[in-house]
Amino acid sequence: MLTLENLVALLPLIVVGTTAVVVMLGIAWQRHHALTAIVSGVGLLIGLACLPIASGALSAPPLMTMDGLAVMGSVMVLLCALVTVALSHHYLTGYIGPREEFYLLLLCAVTGALGLVASDHLASLFISLELLSMPLYGMLAYSFRAERSLEAGIKYLVLSAAATAFLLFGMALIYARTGRLDLAGLAAGLAASPDTWTLAGAVLMLVGLGFKLSIVPFHTWTPDVYQGGPAPATIFLATVSKLAVFILLVRLAITAPIFDSEWLHTLVTLLALITMLGGNLLALFQPNLKRLLGYSSIAHFGYLLVAVVVGGTLAVETTGVYLITYLVTTLAAFGVVTQVSSPFHGEDAAGLHHYRGLFWRRPWLAAVMTVSFLSLAGIPLTAGFIGKFYVIALGVADSQWWLVGGIVAGSAIGLFYYLRVMVTLYLPEPGMRRRDATNDWGSRVGGLTLLVVAVLILVIGVYPAPVIEWVVELSGAA
Amino acid sequence: MILVWLILIPFIGGLLCWQAETWGDRAPRWIALVTMLFVLVISLGLWITGDFALPGEGTRHWLLEWRAPWIPRFGIEIHLAMDGLSLILVALTGFLGALAVLCSWHEIAHRVGFFHLNLLFILGGVVGVFLALDLFLFFLFWEMMLVPMYFLIALWGHSGSHGQTRIRAATRFFIYTQASGLLMLVAIIALVFVHYSNTGELSFSYDTLRGTDVPEALAPWLMLGFFVAFAVKLPVVPFHGWLPDAHAQAPTAGSVDLAGILLKTAAYGILRFALPLFPEESQAFAPVAMTLGLVGIIYGAVLACGQQDIKRLIAYTSISHMGFVLIALYSGSELAIQGAIILMVAHAFSSAGLFILSGQLYERIHTRDMRIMGGLWGRIPVLPGFTLCFVAASLGMPATANFVGEFMVLFGTFPSAPVVVVIASVGLVLAAIYSLLLMQRVHYGPEYRSGGLRGPDLREYGMMLALLVLTLFVGLYPQPILDITTPIAGPAAELFQQAPTELANRAGEVN
Repeated sequence: MLTLENLVALLPLIVVGTTAVVVMLGIAWQRHHALTAIVSGVGLLIGLACLPIASGALSAPPLMTMDGLAVMGSVMVLLCALVTVALSHHYLTGYIGPREEFYLLLLCAVTGALGLVASDHLASLFISLELLSMPLYGMLAYSFRAERSLEAGIKYLVLSAAATAFLLFGMALIYARTGRLDLAGLAAGLAASPDTWTLAGAVLMLVGLGFKLSIVPFHTWTPDVYQGGPAPATIFLATVSKLAVFILLVRLAITAPIFDSEWLHTLVTLLALITMLGGNLLALFQPNLKRLLGYSSIAHFGYLLVAVVVGGTLAVETTGVYLITYLVTTLAAFGVVTQVSSPFHGEDAAGLHHYRGLFWRRPWLAAVMTVSFLSLAGIPLTAGFIGKFYVIALGVADSQWWLVGGIVAGSAIGLFYYLRVMVTLYLPEPGMRRRDATNDWGSRVGGLTLLVVAVLILVIGVYPAPVIEWVVELSGAA
Repeated sequence: MILVWLILIPFIGGLLCWQAETWGDRAPRWIALVTMLFVLVISLGLWITGDFALPGEGTRHWLLEWRAPWIPRFGIEIHLAMDGLSLILVALTGFLGALAVLCSWHEIAHRVGFFHLNLLFILGGVVGVFLALDLFLFFLFWEMMLVPMYFLIALWGHSGSHGQTRIRAATRFFIYTQASGLLMLVAIIALVFVHYSNTGELSFSYDTLRGTDVPEALAPWLMLGFFVAFAVKLPVVPFHGWLPDAHAQAPTAGSVDLAGILLKTAAYGILRFALPLFPEESQAFAPVAMTLGLVGIIYGAVLACGQQDIKRLIAYTSISHMGFVLIALYSGSELAIQGAIILMVAHAFSSAGLFILSGQLYERIHTRDMRIMGGLWGRIPVLPGFTLCFVAASLGMPATANFVGEFMVLFGTFPSAPVVVVIASVGLVLAAIYSLLLMQRVHYGPEYRSGGLRGPDLREYGMMLALLVLTLFVGLYPQPILDITTPIAGPAAELFQQAPTELANRAGEVN
């Protein structure tokens, strides 16, 4: 039975869901782009403000839990969604066709993500995951007149449906063995006898989630979807969707004892290794920036899988810190792509040649890009280094030498293409046709948000103590 | 607090330079120059006022120390400290930094502000490396200085001769050093966690980690993790691939920084971290290290003889000279270690001199290819004379600082490894060959073209004179440097003498 306290715990989810409804009604009544964006932003902010109240709630609602991990995930989801909204507004101003629905889809997806990070039960897990994925199809195919966008949407739809089937089958197998659907019950049921069927179920679930995270054998959709989707949709996919699914994976890994089995352990280790190496190798000679970022995010989730392999409180802490560093970095990198592509002109400026000499035209934008790429490469004084430090520390602390070797090799390979992009920004401009940000980008909401994110990368890199403390506090509660 | 300022001043200066570009080309140059001179003056002031008496028994003596908590979760602190060795190297950084600014006064004509931002950030990072005592902080500076160096080579470098672009050279430099640096990071973290499992205390502090009892199976690997990172930067021969290209394609200021200071960070790292943290393993490793040093001496010298590009030639001589330093560091002799420090300083002067001279030549004849030089003695006033002096210094002529350094290295190493010294002496002969070859091909011989060229202006003259005076001064009166490095060299040499007795003690315990 839902009590009032349960509702309090669900407050952020309710607020965001309500905002989606308000936006929908608003669109039906009268279209107004700026207002829609503002309403969405305010809704997300209120959701964020409700989080402290929600985490203080005494009882958890059925099917959900508001533990430290969930709070951490919700904060990240809401903040990333806010940045996405801020960046979308300027991007969509030039879009011919209905612009307001983008926010509606986004808010629905955020609701799904919020549910996902808090779900404690296979049913809520599944529903939230679908609620997160469905609007994404629409967002990716939003500029459907551009062929690639439509392709991206349909590709994601088909493959995502296949992954969902795997996930469902895995759940079914596990349910057949234990007769339980809540995670705690699952853990208790599985502790007794991990047999072939439960193992198969766990592996199938891993495949389903691995698809969403683009773990290497299931990664083939990533570059195409990243390239085709409109920039704000890609941002959302790269940040909110991935982070929510990963938090869920960590939750599964730390609660379900099935992940302790030797065999599955080796499998995940292997996946992590090929993901970090594969992602970096595939990106090596990539001339398209959005595809390159797609491969790079594959590699980063390879590093993150180390946390799933190791498990324990340090792993949760690593997940938190690494995700935060990954998110600010990715937001900044895609933010610049969005700014350069804004306002909408059909296809995004994704070719590396669009960015040649950006520093001499738009020094601050190029500085943001440089900082974010340094952070992706894990160079000290940026947030990325703190994340990499955590992952290596985690690997070393657990003596996972193969994984540590993989991280070192992957980072070394990764440098090659990160440097290539960075130096392109500073090369002298050729006299070719170019895409450029509008002159007033810095004074718009999106531009300002971008600068804040870039400063955040540096601040976390120089003084990470507050962020680490926050994460430690929450992961201790997890 | 003065240590913090030593690091911050170049960074602040760099940001100012970037923004000062709007006031014209001159402003960034002057700001950068003043910044570096400021660093130099501060360090010289510390040198004069500092007390370098031999430390008392047991306590480690720092001239200045500053610490503040930074990331308490891992026991990471901002822990800076200065002793004689760091003081010399910081002063050297200030001096060469000022020279680097001066020698690019005319060479760098576009994006002046951003150039100086990168230059000063490198120097700030290097100062940080010399002062950091917390291993995390040390690693941070170690990696951080690579990025501006990368930009310096990639954006203001010269394009190579055959298909070797400057971006490629810069990328290679970055990947070599960064990848090896990550190995060091892994070694640092492993060391910290070993210490954590022994004592339950997470700390990255140098003093705390020094006494760590690392399991025998793991210790050699950790030592290697440190060694590889330093070996790439030094460079030791199998890891030297990045150096000739990086030097040849870097702008003059970049070459001066690379040869003069960046290579020294590696020797400093070995002396400060690799040896004291793993004394026993280092001693066991010493024969290998010395062999690598020998290979470097001979290989560098032989390849230097065959180069056509003047900057590549000087780059290879650096490999040869650093071979001597490596041998000395692993010799376990106080005299040799002091010799290595003097050799580092001497090499900084002589290679900086030669690189600046080749930069000045390039400004005049627009080539670095020695095949189309020759007979310049008659065409350029004054500069060839300076070249002769630095060439003489580079081959280790008595009265130059290089002679003192090499002599002390060989003399100090002889008791423990006579064979190594005998072979290393061959390197001196080869040094004479390549140095004279350089002189002959560039300044003597038939004139390739005729017509007089511009002589040095006041700026160029002053730079050369300063370097020359310092080379001769250290060569004739090295005592000031010896005085302040004794407290470092002594304990470093003792590490090797203590290790066997400790081993024997342990063996006794087991029995």
